[in-house]
Amino acid sequence: MLRLLVVGGFVVALEVLCRTGVISKLVLIAPSEMAIHLFGILSSRKADADILESLTNVMLAVLLSVVGGFAIGAFIHSFPRLRRAIDPFLASYYALPFFAFYPLFIVLFGLGRGAIVAIGVLFGIVAMIISTLTAFDRIPRALVRTASAYRMGPVEAALRVKLPSAIPFLFTGFKLAIAYAFIGVIAAEFIMATSGLGYSISYAFNNFDNGTMYGLMLFVIVLVTAVNAVFHTIERRLLRRWGR
Amino acid sequence: MKRALDFVLLIVVGFVFWEAMHLAAPFALTSPVESVAKAWSMALSPVYWPHVAETAKAFAYALLLAVGGGLALGLSLGLNRTSAEVAEPIMISVYSLPKVTLYPVILLVFGLGLPAKVAFGTIHGIIPVAIFAMNAVRNLPNVHLKTGRVLRLSRWQTLTTIVVPGALPEIVSGLRIGFSVTLLGVLIGEMFASQRGVGYVLMSAIGVHDVATIMASIVLLAIVAVSASAFLLWLDHRLHHRAS
Amino acid sequence: MAVHEQAVAARGDGVQPVHVSVRGVTRVYGDPVTGIRALAPTDLSLRRGEFYSVIGPSGCGKSTLLDVLAGLSRPTTGTIEFEGRVLDGVPDGIGVVFQEDACFAWLTVSDNITFGLRRAGVDPAEIARRLDYALRLMGLVDFATSYPAQLSGGMRQRVCIARTLVMQPRMILLDEPFGALDAQTRLIMGDELLKVWRETGATVLLITHALDEAAMLSDRIGIMSARPGRIIEEVETGWPRERDSRIAAEHSFGDITTRLWSVLRDESLKSVQLGGGR
Repeated sequence: MLRLLVVGGFVVALEVLCRTGVISKLVLIAPSEMAIHLFGILSSRKADADILESLTNVMLAVLLSVVGGFAIGAFIHSFPRLRRAIDPFLASYYALPFFAFYPLFIVLFGLGRGAIVAIGVLFGIVAMIISTLTAFDRIPRALVRTASAYRMGPVEAALRVKLPSAIPFLFTGFKLAIAYAFIGVIAAEFIMATSGLGYSISYAFNNFDNGTMYGLMLFVIVLVTAVNAVFHTIERRLLRRWGR
Repeated sequence: MKRALDFVLLIVVGFVFWEAMHLAAPFALTSPVESVAKAWSMALSPVYWPHVAETAKAFAYALLLAVGGGLALGLSLGLNRTSAEVAEPIMISVYSLPKVTLYPVILLVFGLGLPAKVAFGTIHGIIPVAIFAMNAVRNLPNVHLKTGRVLRLSRWQTLTTIVVPGALPEIVSGLRIGFSVTLLGVLIGEMFASQRGVGYVLMSAIGVHDVATIMASIVLLAIVAVSASAFLLWLDHRLHHRAS
Repeated sequence: MAVHEQAVAARGDGVQPVHVSVRGVTRVYGDPVTGIRALAPTDLSLRRGEFYSVIGPSGCGKSTLLDVLAGLSRPTTGTIEFEGRVLDGVPDGIGVVFQEDACFAWLTVSDNITFGLRRAGVDPAEIARRLDYALRLMGLVDFATSYPAQLSGGMRQRVCIARTLVMQPRMILLDEPFGALDAQTRLIMGDELLKVWRETGATVLLITHALDEAAMLSDRIGIMSARPGRIIEEVETGWPRERDSRIAAEHSFGDITTRLWSVLRDESLKSVQLGGGR
């Protein structure tokens, strides 16, 4: 409740600053104007193709990140030596400017979707790998022993005991992978694509079309916040129900 | 000793993989030996150093602002339960926004050049530092604060002798992430709105498809990022180990 | 009652002056009407230099009583007098040992022990003297430069006791200090606590849920009711000042624990029905 007030207060303050001219119209347009522009863009359906393209890219990137990240994480976890050696790389991974790999991806995947999705995956997959490692670390030993006491085989123990017990942490990885895939896809589109939401924002910026630029920016912010809020709520429920 | 060996082994495996990729697609990426040689010659060339200096300067300012601001924000929000609860989801949403989309705003406010790069690096780094500092303070055992009250410490004494040292391991974890993303922010900033800096060199190399320079830049950045991160990780482990 | 007469006879030092008195103290969490009543009007007085234990069923408000006594939280109604003054915040001259591990992980054992002294600006020579004394008394000499993470739970709790006693408190409050320790360590730590009590001459208030611990260590034991808690009965043990855990072999030890349990059993049952038993 208080949270809404804080955010609302911020928006109102921004609105007032813009309307009174403290912040120049050339720099930032008032939030209400952004909303109007966004509404215009959405109702004219002129950005639909770009939005759809970005969302498809994000979804593909998330899917690949989550499946690939889980597999790689599970693999690394079963080799403690590999794990120790790889930790510093995982930890410093996000400092690398992945966009530099773009030319490589164009050669590998061709112009267009493949390269963008690949950058989204580069962003998302490591968050999933790290979460998978954490999740596997947190499986209580007592549970593993209980599984043995029930004489479960390794596969049954993994499916019936380990996986369910790791789900809350895996879900955290899922949530992060979504956020990072968004960041990667939009950023890649922004810098080097010829279509998609990120590209549209950058195109509007280069053509001094502040209305469209801020309208689309608002769209991205609202979309990402909404997606985050949904998954945050699900995560909280999961954690609460399982009393972690 | 064994750990160091594993670490080296992993790097060797990485290089072999890289060499294989090179053989598969020689136009997409140069071989490891070529890249390291190119990186070496770049590191020695007088033309490259002003770019490094430019990036280092922007990064230093950005890191200073991100860490100082993040700590101030995180510690002050963390000391009060309500403010922390209100702020946390807001900060997490902001963290997961694709901040590239905000780049036009930064450019409109600061114009091209150093301030824009610094601002862009700062907005990337400040949030993770603040989130970690805030949660570190929140997770401080209540009994520590009670002990401070029994010893009749002043607020300032409690902050400097109990809260900050107690939260230090988590704060260092936050710094580690903050360091990485601030560097990423500065580089992205340089990549598409600057005439100088490592990011600019990288972007112009991408523009003319100068694969050797791209790979060499990545090698240099990776060395800096991984070694800085490895140091902070080591510090992190040491502090956490002592605390647990 | 027989136990009581024995007590006065054995001590032979008459009744000491009152050190702390609690009068009609209640504590309600949340709304004054609908909130949780943790303490019913509670009365209690501790004599200077005595070892007093409070036992009671889980969730009866024992810890609340300690917090209020330490000045860590304010009573909703009623007053507490410590050394003739009405309590308002944490007073000078008390020390508290908590159940949770309260050692500062980032300081060595020595630095943990002298933490409060350094903050209070005590003369370095005096700090060194008191540190030396505390390390010896608590058997921590060999661990002076260790970090808490390198010590066992019992050792860490010794550090916390040492940290409290170097402040030379006139009253020491302990909130289930040995609750997280294993049975043998508890007995040993109890003996250590008796030693500290004798050496410092402080008034000691021990909160515990262990009958034998209370019976073994205390001069007097107060039994608390189920929530909202109040002291419903006090038992004098009549032990001599020089004593340790071997006193459990005494004939009257069984009488005392039986007496404690007969009162406590009913309250514990009520507490379980209240949902207080965790």
